[in-house]
Amino acid sequence: MGMGSGDVITPLIIGIMLGGLYALIALGLSLIFGVMRLINLAHGDLVILSSYIAYALLTYLGLDPVLGLVISIPFMFVLGFVIQRYLLGKGFAVSSETPLIIAFGISLVLQNLNQILWTPLSRGLNTSYSRMSFFVGERQFPVSYLLDFVAGIVVMLALRAFLTKTYMGRAITAASQDKRAAQLMGINTNRVYGYAFAIAMGSAAVAGTFLGMTFPFTPTSGISFLTIAFGTVVIGGLGSMLGTFFGGIILGVFQTMGGYLFGPASQMLIVYVLVLLILAIRPKGLFGR
Amino acid sequence: MIDDIVLKIDGIDVFHGTFQSLWNVSLEVRRGEMLALIGANTAGKTTLLDAISGILHPTKGTIEFQGKNIGGLDPYQIVELGITQVPEGRCVFSDMTVLDNLIIGSYAGSARRKRAENLKTVTDLFPKLAERKRQVAKTLSGGEQQMLAIGRGLMADPKLMLIDEMSLGLAPIVVDEIFKALAKIRARGITVLFVEQNVHRTLKEADRAYILETGRVALSGTAADLRDNAEVKKAYFGIDACEVT
Repeated sequence: MGMGSGDVITPLIIGIMLGGLYALIALGLSLIFGVMRLINLAHGDLVILSSYIAYALLTYLGLDPVLGLVISIPFMFVLGFVIQRYLLGKGFAVSSETPLIIAFGISLVLQNLNQILWTPLSRGLNTSYSRMSFFVGERQFPVSYLLDFVAGIVVMLALRAFLTKTYMGRAITAASQDKRAAQLMGINTNRVYGYAFAIAMGSAAVAGTFLGMTFPFTPTSGISFLTIAFGTVVIGGLGSMLGTFFGGIILGVFQTMGGYLFGPASQMLIVYVLVLLILAIRPKGLFGR
Repeated sequence: MIDDIVLKIDGIDVFHGTFQSLWNVSLEVRRGEMLALIGANTAGKTTLLDAISGILHPTKGTIEFQGKNIGGLDPYQIVELGITQVPEGRCVFSDMTVLDNLIIGSYAGSARRKRAENLKTVTDLFPKLAERKRQVAKTLSGGEQQMLAIGRGLMADPKLMLIDEMSLGLAPIVVDEIFKALAKIRARGITVLFVEQNVHRTLKEADRAYILETGRVALSGTAADLRDNAEVKKAYFGIDACEVT
């Protein structure tokens, strides 16, 4: 698509819906950074691991990917708790850089594990509905994009409600603002970190599933989605689920509108120029506190 | 008499990394009293509170709370046992609302079940917090934040409350208000151990006091005795002991 071809509304709507997927991927990254000040370099690969779990459930058990969340969310939740408790938690005791290296190690292990298990060929979650289209007037959109957007809103609202309405959620927020004061309030911060990571991984399970219904994926796809999640979090600002959601939407819209105006080759360039500008002008992010 | 001692610290050494901050410190807190800890900036007052709270662990000596050794426990376990600390600088959760700050205070153990009851106690004690419960904590004044920090501590349903430098940076009229609240807290049967820089004021309010100097207990006694003590007068009230005697 070059400049002026087609209407401007279609890429705008696609950008908003895709933004829901980007937000979905970034919510877990944002939560972990907000609570533990850790850039989880394995986040993209953990999302892709979830895509493969959904793929395995669909291929071998014939389980619909959305229904498969009943298995993949608890699995990723427990995996997240274990990773925090037995890998990252030990790293934090050594130094603040150690968990970063550990996360990088997890990323490499997952990529290679997925290569061995699934070969480097690209896979996708093909269901009866994910390749369907829906119409808004004359305009045609993939159903999977709409599902991404809905899933993004649902997970964002669920995380927000959890963080503001439950004891564990408030404890996660408190520990992210002042660890020592949180401890003095009787909060077991190690346990809170475990739950925060587990919940972030639960949201990664949802992200991986909807990602797999939208785009083909390979064992190394995690890196590009980690980059998109970084961009989302930079735009939206860390610590706020709502901010991360809008960050995803803005990134999605800049990507599709950039592609519409300047051609598909420059769409991600537009996005990362935006990310750099925000880092320079407003490093807290547009919605950051 | 033994039963009256709620907290007994016996000869503890405490380090920050490789730097020793407390040397052979012993201290007793009696049930229901208002005990003050006085000393200069680096005397080790906050370190002592952190050792009680489990943020720091003594390398030598014991800390007993109601007859149970708590020297190796984690901070959250200490809170569950009934010791809460109101930290220096308030440390309220600045992006959370006043109400959420208070609710998080009731996180530990049995305090959750008494949340409604304790919330009423706190808002009776500090009506301003009830007025501002939907406000984000960072929008409160310094005095209101101190009230919130104390209220949050009360939500943990403590038996012993440790309060660090509560009057720091506050106007005298606000300090009066907070001391009045402390008297009410104490009247509810909660033992109070507080740290202060204002020696004059402290010795007026407390029953007893310990004076720390460079990580050691220099003096201790009833507030009345310490007020009359020549060394205290010289060191803290700027009166030369020779002129007094």
